[in-house]
Amino acid sequence: MVKKLYLGLLFFFLYAPIIVLMVFSFNESRSGTVWTGFSLTWYEELFRDRRMQDAFRYTLLVAVISTAVSTFIGTFTAIGIQKLRPKWQAFALNVNYFPVINPEIVTAISLMMLYRSLRLDFGFATMLMSHIMFSIPYVILAVLPRLYALDKNLAEAAQDLGATPWQAIVKVIIPQIRPSIFTGALMAFTMSLDDFVISFFNSGGGVTNLSIEIYAMARRGIRPTVNALATLMVAVIFTVVLIANRISIRKAKS
Amino acid sequence: MDTKKLSYPYLVWITLTILVPMLLIFLYSIIEPGPEPLTFQFSLAHYLRALDGLHLQVLWGSFVIALASTAACLLIGYPAAWFISRLRARSQSQVILLLMMPMWINMLLRSYAWMTILSRNGILNSVLAFFGLPEQNLLYTDFAVILGMVYNFLPFMILPIYTAILKVDANLVDAARDLGASPGETFLKVIFPLSIPGIITGITMVFLPSMSSFVIPQLLGGGQFLMIGNLIERQYLLTGNWHFGSALAMLLMAFILLSVWLMKRFDPKSMDSGEGVIPW
Repeated sequence: MVKKLYLGLLFFFLYAPIIVLMVFSFNESRSGTVWTGFSLTWYEELFRDRRMQDAFRYTLLVAVISTAVSTFIGTFTAIGIQKLRPKWQAFALNVNYFPVINPEIVTAISLMMLYRSLRLDFGFATMLMSHIMFSIPYVILAVLPRLYALDKNLAEAAQDLGATPWQAIVKVIIPQIRPSIFTGALMAFTMSLDDFVISFFNSGGGVTNLSIEIYAMARRGIRPTVNALATLMVAVIFTVVLIANRISIRKAKS
Repeated sequence: MDTKKLSYPYLVWITLTILVPMLLIFLYSIIEPGPEPLTFQFSLAHYLRALDGLHLQVLWGSFVIALASTAACLLIGYPAAWFISRLRARSQSQVILLLMMPMWINMLLRSYAWMTILSRNGILNSVLAFFGLPEQNLLYTDFAVILGMVYNFLPFMILPIYTAILKVDANLVDAARDLGASPGETFLKVIFPLSIPGIITGITMVFLPSMSSFVIPQLLGGGQFLMIGNLIERQYLLTGNWHFGSALAMLLMAFILLSVWLMKRFDPKSMDSGEGVIPW
């Protein structure tokens, strides 16, 4: 009884704010408290907002490109790292760990200082580069354990049977580590979609992503269009998570 | 072709994009412009400035806020983890999924949600008014910041503790009961000590992001409330004082390395148990 009550309260605490946020996105008036009637005004306003549309496009574009690039680089790098001499392996892994344990804000300013020192213009390119940069370590961390667990003899057998090292990688190693590559890609993608701090410091020239737009609007106070955007994002996220969960449960059963 | 060469481009890349910028931060923190243009001289002034009255207050304040948030997460999270572990196996996985779902929502939106609730015209005040209670101005206070931290980071406390409790060998619990321990004693003397690694992981995973958070204090603390993250942001985006900003970043990193080291010393297994990547 106490157990149910406690967990009930916990989930009320975790979900009530999100539900309130979503409910008031359909409110007719600006008010975040008084329900005046159902309306889709804020959704219309959101869809008419050019800045939002651009931010949405940039968010997706950066996420897709940075995921593809970082998954590609991360996978092949991991295959290489695993063959390095222990000393260099330790160097690569330790430096690779930096962006993972460093506070986001430190990574953000370190990149900003790098781009400024190189006299780069802040915009799409710097934002994309930053996302690629912070995603690769996660791909490597996802792929490496799987690589270490692989049977080394298989790749060697392939080469003994006449495969080039390249063929051994593409035809023998990669198919075996595919699930971990997928995990890495998924991490890269969600982190890119979710990123605020690093993009905030390393974009410019009118290029923004959804997080930056939300931040800019939230700082000016409460706006129902943010509620509308939040509702859409939460709906998409929950659908994806639930579907992914269903799939993994079904897989586990079969 | 030698397979290990595949990693060479990345070794160059991380040197350029990770090591060089870190060195830049370090360098900027210990120099200042010299008397002549384009000359620099060694200086510890930025560190001294970070430790003067006003800024020390910000550093101390960040520490206290992070500590309070971590304590609150532990107090709320431990019983939650315990109760979840006592559910039927099938409900457990559902409850854990339910616990993790909000973590997928952007932190900005989760903090914004509390803005709408805590603001003067927010839900909270209309509920209070309904019961004839006085209006509260909670938004843009320390309380709001701590609340936002707890809201955002609570699952990071619950999950590792839950995992640690699950790992406790049921035979040990049975043995304790057979030997005459009451349920309370079994918990205090067997289960709780064995769940300490989970607690330590949880503390690390809540304390570190709280300490360096910049979004939550900005949105829920408003303009007047500053934590070290906000102070660093100001140096880079507002005043353009990279030297001072770098010194602050160095202090933050030193503090975080120190905490991780302390946690590791306290429980060497906690960080390697793969209970999750540090969340920021």
